[in-house]
Amino acid sequence: MKRHATRRIFAAAAALTLLAACGSDSDDSSSDDSDQWYVQADFDEQNAQRDATFEGDPATPWLQYIDGEMTDTAAFASPGAKKVCFANASVSNPWRQTGFLTMQQQLEVLVGQGAISEMETRDAQDDDNTQIADIDYFISEGNCDAFIISPNSTAAITPAVERACETGKPVVVFDRGVETDCATTFIHPIGGYAWGIDTAEFLVDNLEEGDKVIALRILPGVDVLETRWAAAEKILDENGIEHEDHFTGADPTEIKKIISDALVQGDVDGVWMDAGDGAVAAIEAFEDAGVDYPVMTGEDEMSFLRKWEDTGLTGLAPVYSNFQWRTPLLAVQMIFAGQPVPAEWVLPQTPITEDERAEYLAANEGLPDGHYAKFGGEDLPGFPQVWIDREVG
Amino acid sequence: MTTTTRPDERPGLPAHSRSFGARLAAGAATPGGAVYVLVLVLLVSIIISNPNFGEPGALIRFAGRTAPIAIAAMGQYYVIVSGEFDLSMGAVVTTQVVIAGNMAGDDSSQVVPVLVLMLVVGALIGLVNGLVTTLLRVPSFIVTLGTMLALFGFLRYRAGVAPAGNPVDEFREIGRGGIQDVPVVEVIPYPLIIVVVLATLAAFSMRRPFGRSLVATGDNPDAARLGGTSVWWVKTRAFMISSLSATVAGIILVGYAGGRAVGQGYEFSAITAVVVGGVVLGGGRGWVLSAAAGAYALELLFVLLTVLHVPSTWRDSVQGLIIIVAVAASARVWQVGRRGGAPPPTTEPDPINDPINDPTTDSATPTPPTPGTHQGEHR
Repeated sequence: MKRHATRRIFAAAAALTLLAACGSDSDDSSSDDSDQWYVQADFDEQNAQRDATFEGDPATPWLQYIDGEMTDTAAFASPGAKKVCFANASVSNPWRQTGFLTMQQQLEVLVGQGAISEMETRDAQDDDNTQIADIDYFISEGNCDAFIISPNSTAAITPAVERACETGKPVVVFDRGVETDCATTFIHPIGGYAWGIDTAEFLVDNLEEGDKVIALRILPGVDVLETRWAAAEKILDENGIEHEDHFTGADPTEIKKIISDALVQGDVDGVWMDAGDGAVAAIEAFEDAGVDYPVMTGEDEMSFLRKWEDTGLTGLAPVYSNFQWRTPLLAVQMIFAGQPVPAEWVLPQTPITEDERAEYLAANEGLPDGHYAKFGGEDLPGFPQVWIDREVG
Repeated sequence: MTTTTRPDERPGLPAHSRSFGARLAAGAATPGGAVYVLVLVLLVSIIISNPNFGEPGALIRFAGRTAPIAIAAMGQYYVIVSGEFDLSMGAVVTTQVVIAGNMAGDDSSQVVPVLVLMLVVGALIGLVNGLVTTLLRVPSFIVTLGTMLALFGFLRYRAGVAPAGNPVDEFREIGRGGIQDVPVVEVIPYPLIIVVVLATLAAFSMRRPFGRSLVATGDNPDAARLGGTSVWWVKTRAFMISSLSATVAGIILVGYAGGRAVGQGYEFSAITAVVVGGVVLGGGRGWVLSAAAGAYALELLFVLLTVLHVPSTWRDSVQGLIIIVAVAASARVWQVGRRGGAPPPTTEPDPINDPINDPTTDSATPTPPTPGTHQGEHR
């Protein structure tokens, strides 16, 4: 009987191998997935915005915007310090941590100016339900003068944002979007397509047709990440660059395993990342295997900029402008001053090239690896110590 | 087909006195033995799909990088076989990685003190888990879940789940380096050496009184207590071993890949590996080395999916299905084994039941099976 059992395990293993093989047959399913996230009109719009003229002073990019429809805020104009309520999606990755630190320091400035009395923050810890509860709490008991919402996800948070709008108080949404335009202003950098276009064009320029790129993606289902890959995949396909994408959860161990296995199977000529977290592990996998560095796109995270300089690889640091965390509080100040704000506030989003790298490395010297070069807080109080201590609690 | 290739992968089977082939077949038919078959099947599938993976250098690098999860699985085995769970493992890994990154940042003279500190912290966390579980009688599921949350909360406050940077290169060498210029395999990674040493120690410990009492405690704590086992101390030591193994895994991981966001979800990988290794949740049955083999099986599975170019969007689902099927198959084996009675049917004379009629093997191995092995490991 036990021998039968052994055979059963063999049979199971064989069935599994078949199952796995079935998965590989449906290779076109990945392009189906990207279709779901690929909207040609958005691609074209963001492609154009990459070259758009931004209003305002380039020295303060967090106040720049693309000319467009403005929201009239005259009705909100009122004197005195206001209480702001901030429903944050999370501080669970270095990008959000860096931004939240910058926001705290911006708050300190505005409190000092008497524009804001206090900011009550609720952290949803990456949970839609928590964030909905947070927003409803703010509406009913927060005693808020204005709401700032950084949505955890697009569809789920939309009704809560609409409820906040119904209070008649100013609502500022930033980073990820929602499916309503009821907010006073929606602040975000150009977006995922622009990221995908910048990075894929860089890879195409530096690779030959038929070269292989490994795409390292954090997780599926988040629009700002999906659109990055959707745009990049399209451009890589059009230019005959082979590619294979993996989800890593931003775990450096996973990243290193994926690259190591890819290198065992054959040459890897390029690495594309939808966020730079863990870029160093990817580069180290090439070092440990003793092969040439790839052409690589990371992010403006210090760890990548530093490793990029150390290794001299051919690289690009795309940017999902971290300085956008300054904008919401400044927008609240403008709203209560009765100044018009853009209905959709599109901030600049420019990659860091090799030529600019030294400048950003020098400006952020001594800051930790998880810091983002384009954080835009150099002129705020507490710089640089606050961003070194990183006490987000 | 499996006889010649895996002569020493099995920890001692109870049926010591039968012929080698019969012992091997009997061993492979238990869930703890079947995992080795699974490892072999996966390995062969991978090499057939892409022969590059069969090269010695690639194999040994794979063996090295899988060491931390194998070590964690062995640590988790101690807790599971004693009838408990350790959910704090991933948080311990992350905590240790943050300690390493923040305290051995750029000063190589700090490497040894920081290593000692990490081991002490690991042992303390395990001690707390163990004492609260055994003396305060809080279910370990809850205790270690609480420990996990407490550690993550602390990390979130201190550093936002990320250390300031990587520890010095000397520290990382433990997980990233190896003995260079070895013939055939090019390099022997240090993590591989560490896992082999720890596996040897673990296999030895399970044959010591501690190991016997641990399994007995997991099987039936009341009986173990009446039999004179100090249940609370046995279990507490199991929790300490678990946290220490998570610490060692953390030390290797921070070297292998650097110290960012490492370790989250590690407890579930370890528990899955233990289950795939045929260890019964709830305690009392299973082999420690099969837990390590379970970790290798899981990682091989991941490689197989990569080699077969399974689209990333499908990979988690395929992986999950395979795990369920593998564990379901193991569970069937347990049922069959239990229904059929303890010793598997065999064509050869059974020396235990029929000692007189067995002239061949007895002279070579006159010692009868160690008392207790039937009960703990085989059934």
